[in-house]
Amino acid sequence: MKKNLTCVACPLGCSITVELDDGGNILSVTGNTCKRGDAYARTEMTNPTRSLTSTVKVSGGAHPVVPVKSAAPVPKSMLFDCMKEINQVTLQAPVKIGQVVIQNILGTGVDIVTTNGC
Amino acid sequence: MIKYDLAVVGGGPAGMAAALEAHKCGVNKIIILERAETLGGILEQCIHTGFGLHYFGEELSGPEYADRFIEQLKDTNIDVKTDTMVLDISQSNVVTAVNKTDGLLQIDATAVVLAMGCRERPRGALSIAGTRASGIMTAGTAQKYVNIDGYMPGKEIVILGSGDIGLIMARRMTLEGAHVKMVCELMPYSGGLTRNIVQCLDDFGIPLKLSTTVIETHGKERLEGVTIAKVDAHNQPIKGTEEYVPCDTLMLSVGLIPENELTKGIGIAMDPVTNGAVVTEMRETDHPGVFACGNVLQVHDLVDYVTMEAQIAGRGAAAYIQDKAAFENAEYISTTPGNGVRYIVPQKMNIHSREDIKLYFRVSAVYKNAKVVLEADGKVISSKKKVKLAPGEMENVTVPADVIASLAKDSTVCVRVEE
Repeated sequence: MKKNLTCVACPLGCSITVELDDGGNILSVTGNTCKRGDAYARTEMTNPTRSLTSTVKVSGGAHPVVPVKSAAPVPKSMLFDCMKEINQVTLQAPVKIGQVVIQNILGTGVDIVTTNGC
Repeated sequence: MIKYDLAVVGGGPAGMAAALEAHKCGVNKIIILERAETLGGILEQCIHTGFGLHYFGEELSGPEYADRFIEQLKDTNIDVKTDTMVLDISQSNVVTAVNKTDGLLQIDATAVVLAMGCRERPRGALSIAGTRASGIMTAGTAQKYVNIDGYMPGKEIVILGSGDIGLIMARRMTLEGAHVKMVCELMPYSGGLTRNIVQCLDDFGIPLKLSTTVIETHGKERLEGVTIAKVDAHNQPIKGTEEYVPCDTLMLSVGLIPENELTKGIGIAMDPVTNGAVVTEMRETDHPGVFACGNVLQVHDLVDYVTMEAQIAGRGAAAYIQDKAAFENAEYISTTPGNGVRYIVPQKMNIHSREDIKLYFRVSAVYKNAKVVLEADGKVISSKKKVKLAPGEMENVTVPADVIASLAKDSTVCVRVEE
């Protein structure tokens, strides 16, 4: 099986093709023009992660929501599950920037923290 | 009338960085005038991460990036007035502003930094046929609704324009449970960053339809759908390619317009390509003591570049406040965009400058394996190989100080692309 990716390691945006066997093992990485592209493609195929940002509800604040982020990238496959958790939280004002909202979200080892005050 | 050394119009990333830099250079009385209720400008609603990679070496969200500067301002004696709208800047650099507590304010400023940023191109600028149903808004307006006001502006979304704000909103709306059906782009390429195409569209299987535009909107009270069509090489819709797409929301991410009403009010010379002021290497406009930086000068891809440009303007304003005479002795030549280059900022450079001058520019099309050539008086100064050049990525080339020293009043400096 072949998978096509666009590399985001730099603005060049190389089109990379990854060849996989039936067990999902990487047979080859082609189309990249540097080592970073190879590493990007392998991570994307084995354990893709993304930074997640959203908002959580605040009661009694200047605005009804405050922005949050995952303190580190979380597995790409868990983005929507993380969103469900984030959407259940309501904070009480005053909220400070950098405050932990959810510790170790869904066992990922990653905290959800506020990125502004409210 | 209140007397200040420097008045900064706009408290976004450009205004804050310019004020802080001028302060660092020893300017004592500085005031920032901001229209919104808080400092930070558009960063406050840009809750995604990716800001600050170049400047801070880490990935911050918009509010976090702004907070770094807001905190620095607290440690200075720089005055800040929020909720304050600047109405006019006079020929003698008197800034007239208004707010609820002071009423009408008049600030006699030795120097002024213009840092008003941009607003989004609205629907009216596109002349799309159809009714005025609700549910049609700019992507930035939708971003404010979701990220600041905390509500969803729609469920079935079509986005027109693949600028970064549109791409970011495609992901944001999807994560919050909306169905983003497609992003249409008039041009045959996207104006957004590759990373955003991958992480905001590809990740969620949102199709990007290139050379496609919205030609009609449908619905009376609320938007019910749009008609999209392919466009030809002249960006004209092709008959027979029309397609009806049901949706309740159309988001527009079709470009930014620098907010230069104040600039034009002073009568400052404008660059018709950037829609910003014509500036020198210090970012001084042709009106003595008035500087410009950030998105009001040229639309930037990254806030880090806004910060760096604002610091140049801040240093320039400080130099002007401390030694006006040096500015009067300056002799300027124009920088000329050559083949494949749309514009250069700064448009003018002082031939008596003793420092290297970086010229920032954008190319007019996508180039592969091309060279960026810098010429002075017809002589090649540098020729740099580039694997890829795209209009969406701002480029720069440095004019070394020893080259500047060799320039005369009638010299030419040109940047061009060689294929």
